[in-house]
Formats: sequence, structure tokens, C-alpha cells
Amino acid sequence: MARNITIREAIREAFDQEMERDSTVILMGEDIVGGAGSPGEDDAWGGVMGIHKGLFGKYGKRMLDTPLSESAYIGAAIGAAACGMRPVAELMFIDFLGVCFDQIFNQAAKFRYMFGGKAETPVVIRTMYGAGISAASQHSQTLTPIFTHIPGIKVVCPSTPYDAKGLMIQSIRDNDPVIFCEHKNIYDFSGDVPTESYTIPFAEANILREGSDVTIVSYGLMVHRAVEAANQLAKDGIECEVIDLRTLSPIDMETVIESVENTGKLVVVDEANPRCSIASDISATVAQQAFNDLKAPIEMVTPPHTPVPFSPDLESFYLPSSEKIVKSVQKTLIN
Amino acid sequence: MSDNALPLSKDKLLRAYRMMKTIREFEERVHVEFATGDLPGFVHLYAGEEAAGAGIMMHLRQEDYISSTHRGHGHCIAKGVDVKGMVAELYGRSSGTCHGKGGSMHIADLDMGMMGANGILGAGAPLACGAALASKYKKDGSVGISFLGDGASNAGNFLESLNLAAVWDLPVIFVVENNGYAQATSRDYAVAVDSYVDRALGFGMPGVTVDGTDFFAVYEASGEIISRARDGGGPSLLECNMIRFYGHFEGDAQTYRGSDEVEKIRKNRDCLKKFVQQVTQTDALNKSDLDGIDQEISVLINEAFDEAQKAPRPTETDLLSDVYINY
Repeated sequence: MARNITIREAIREAFDQEMERDSTVILMGEDIVGGAGSPGEDDAWGGVMGIHKGLFGKYGKRMLDTPLSESAYIGAAIGAAACGMRPVAELMFIDFLGVCFDQIFNQAAKFRYMFGGKAETPVVIRTMYGAGISAASQHSQTLTPIFTHIPGIKVVCPSTPYDAKGLMIQSIRDNDPVIFCEHKNIYDFSGDVPTESYTIPFAEANILREGSDVTIVSYGLMVHRAVEAANQLAKDGIECEVIDLRTLSPIDMETVIESVENTGKLVVVDEANPRCSIASDISATVAQQAFNDLKAPIEMVTPPHTPVPFSPDLESFYLPSSEKIVKSVQKTLIN
Repeated sequence: MSDNALPLSKDKLLRAYRMMKTIREFEERVHVEFATGDLPGFVHLYAGEEAAGAGIMMHLRQEDYISSTHRGHGHCIAKGVDVKGMVAELYGRSSGTCHGKGGSMHIADLDMGMMGANGILGAGAPLACGAALASKYKKDGSVGISFLGDGASNAGNFLESLNLAAVWDLPVIFVVENNGYAQATSRDYAVAVDSYVDRALGFGMPGVTVDGTDFFAVYEASGEIISRARDGGGPSLLECNMIRFYGHFEGDAQTYRGSDEVEKIRKNRDCLKKFVQQVTQTDALNKSDLDGIDQEISVLINEAFDEAQKAPRPTETDLLSDVYINY
């Protein structure tokens, strides 16, 4: 049975069902319970976005508020994963990556390969990314390409409640480290989600809208901008195929290539800065593998190569929008 | 129970001697083979420091986890990692502990509770906290041991881990192997406190300093703090003051050391010599006991190097295994 719930509720439900099913699943992070040792309510916050609210009463000691020591607790989650647990650690903002990156890219990412295939590190690191609320340069970045550059870690970025639940359950059950990226403006998006537990395999892109004129590829919140643009263009008789990647490592390039073979035109929408980004990576791969199918230069819709600005005016100039996507699609159709 | 004047039974003394002597012979041979140019990569030797690793590891079980350092051969051997696999790993062969993908600086064997030598100083401290956290959920009485040097004791990972271990009351022990040098920089220059006990107290846990060249001192002090951790008494720090016989890495000219320093420490502070004196003077072990073990170790090390040198090299297919490839 499905019902309409938000992404926030979908992620909470994934935790609830997996913690119920597997006693090795534990959650940790700064204020994920909120209020440890404080005089008020035990689970005052349930995480800065309220994701975990209500779970503490049921799971108690399997939910750990952490000191503000990202390197130590992310590392402890990784160590516990190597010793038989399935921890989900929250890195509150993706921007805090800088203070714990060694544990992610030199430790977790390397164990299975570096130890000759004899180690498993089933850890999930959940983190919040993206601009749009004037959180400025240090709380608004989309650092997904930094993770996809590293072999050995998987990178997931859902755009709907259905995907958020299925991909989170898959991430918890996966035996490699997974970085689960949630856009901070997406938690209240709602959609139909089955009550039962289910998984969505990695590297299976979702075609949200079929079309034979132009292929638009995106992930996370930007998928919704792409769909808005496609709906707008449809009014003028331009049919776009919108592909939601859902996972960035591993990535489903087959679906992208097949679509480009059909449309001959590609627009990639990415909230990351453009240099060495998901957008530039997909563009390069399509140019390598489907060059003869292309009928127009590939378009990338990304922010400029600047830090994220504070002012709401500047931030709206910075971010990709459905208008910018429409213009890029139209550009591929000239001639 | 002890059947002699020392706090260990004869069997345990023999085991401790075998552990230390195996490490010493392993490292002395690596030193020789590295000089021939046949051993690739970076190599850091544990010779001279054996008593610390052995004194602690004598208390550990297979299900206890240790996180090691770049100077990890001794920890591996003492924790029970197969010596022949280790030598093959140093040569980068597919029969190596990590199939030639880790090398000296990353040897790991999780089945033996060895979470890896580590090329990033201090990075093992959070990992050992993770092992200790897992132990709390598993309720199996196991402990996590984080080995690190005096150099890594200044890394944020270590300092954050001390606090995390204390507030979560983790069964973890931080072992600072203080050999006086962070590469070439002296410990006295780079660490502001006189004793690591002060650091431990500052983070809300007990600390002990021992002579790391005295096996029995390490054995006794670590026994107490390891059982306390097993019984739910929380984390501790153990500082082992020790010496290294060789440079930071193989090839280090060691111009930062005093002119006769190495000669003096080999003569006066050799932990293995000290152990032999202690066990033979008390008649706990006799020379023939030790000679028999020496003979076995010599055979083992020779075989390990002969086999490793002849072992098959990894193939190009091995490059792409043990990791998802999607590109």
C-alpha cells in the first residue's frame, strides 16, 4: 500500500524498518537525537532537519548524539562498520567534509581494495547539500563530484520520497561505504511511497519523462527544475527526455547514452560548480561514447565557478533554474 | 599461574619471546633485503620497539581489534598475522596478506583483528574507537587498541578520539609509542606537555607511562588497563617510552640523531637483550629453550623470504578486482 509522504518521512521510515530488521544498524551524528545530557526532552531535535524525530523512544542506545568531532565520529562509524556494525553517520552539512575527509577517502574508501578484498565497510554517511536558503558559502555547496572522484565509495542522491526510501534501504544493506546526499530544500517534497520495505538498485537511472527531441540529465533537486523546464518546452511542441541519475557512483551511463542515441542532443543540469563536475564528466563520457550520435554541442547548466553567495539576489543568479534549462535546450535546437 | 619468579608462566614467556624475536628477525631481514633494492615502496621498521607491541598483545584475543601505524610490522606479527603472507605482501605478490594491494604501510588482516597499518598518522584512533563501539553493542568484552607514535599524538584525529572515547566510555586503549622522534623532529620540541599522562587526564581518562623497552613493565601496566576496559571501566592511555634502532624509514641517513646514539641504545636499551637477561637470570627460561625458538624463527624467516621472492606476481586483472568499477 502506498500513501503520500515527504522525503523527511520516507528517510525516517527507511531507518525505522532497517533498525527493526537488523540490530547492527545504528545511527550517530550531531544532535541526531538532540538533547543528550541536557535538562529538557531526550530527543528534543531529532536531527537539525527532524529526520529522526520519534525514533529514539524505540531504539534508545542505538542512536548516538556525538561531540562536535566529525573526524572522530565519522571515523568511529567507519571502524565499527569494519567490525560488523552497519552505522549510519550524519555529516550535518556536506561542507563539513573538510574536517573529516581523511576518514572517508583514505580510510573507508580504501579498505576493501587495499586489504585485498578481505574487508567490508558497510557505513552510510548521510549529508545535506545545496544552495537556496542564503546559507552562504560554507553551508550551501554541492560537493558531489569530490566524492565521485574517489574509487571505492558510492554516491547516492535521491530526488523523490519513493527513491529516498528505497535508496536509503539499499545504502544501509550495501557492503561498501555510501555517501547519501540530501538537498536541504527537498525534505518537504511529497509523493507516493509504499508502506512496506523495498530497495532500489544502484546505477539504475529513472526516466521521469520520455521525449525524442532533447535529453536532459540531472540528479537531486535539479531534477525538479529539469522537469519544470521540460513541461514548459512541451507547450512549444519540444519533447524532452528527463533522466534522473539517482546514483552518481556507480552511474548508469547506458541509459544516458541510449537516450542521446535517440535524441542527438544533451543538456546536463548540475548544481555543482562546473569544473570537473558531474556535468563535465557526463559530457565527456557522451562525447567519447556517442560522438557520432550528437547533432549539437552538449550544453551544461551549472552555477558559475564561484563560491555560493549569501544575498538572495546573487544566489538566484548563481543557481540553475528552469528558465536557464529552457534556454540551453533551445540552444541545442538551433540549426 | 606463574611457575617462576616472573609474573608469567613458562609457556607465556616462551610465547612472548617468540613474538619479539620473530619481529626482530623479520625487521633485520627486511633491512638487509631493502638495501638490495628488491623491496618496493616505503618501509618503516619496528626493531627495538618489540617489547611494547608484545607486552600489550600478550593480553589480547583474536576478537580484539588493533589499529596500527605506518610502523606496523611488529603489531601485525604480535597480533597473529601470518608472517609468510606479510613478506609476500612487502614484495607486492598476489600471495601477500592483501594480495599485493596494500604493502608495508597498509597490511591488514581483519580476521586476526588487525585493522591495518596506516599511512595517515593518527587516523587509526577513530577506527579503534569504532571497534570499541562495536564491542559495546556486541557485548563480547572485546577491546580496541589504537597504536600511534609521539608524532601522531599531535594530530586532531587522536585528540578528538580521546574525547569521544571518554564521553562514550569506550573500551579502547590509546598506546603512544614514544620513540622520541616524529620523523626527524624531536618529541620534546613538538609536544608541549612533559608527560602523556597529563594529556590523558586533560581528556578525562587515566594515563600511565612505562619503560617501553621493559617487556614486563609494559605487560603489567597494559594488563591492568585492558582488563579495566573489558570490565566496562572505560578508556585509558598508555605511554611507552622506547627507541627505534633504524631511521624513520629505510634509507633515512639519521643525521638528526647524536653521533653514537644508535650504538648506545643498541648496547644499553635493547628490549630483547633485557628480556633474555630477565628470564635467564631468574631461571624462568634457559638458553636451550631460547636457542630452539631462534632456530625455528630463522627457518621461518628464510622460508618466508624464499617463497615470497618466488611467488607469482599479480596480473593486470587483479588491478580491477576488490572495488566496483563503473566507468
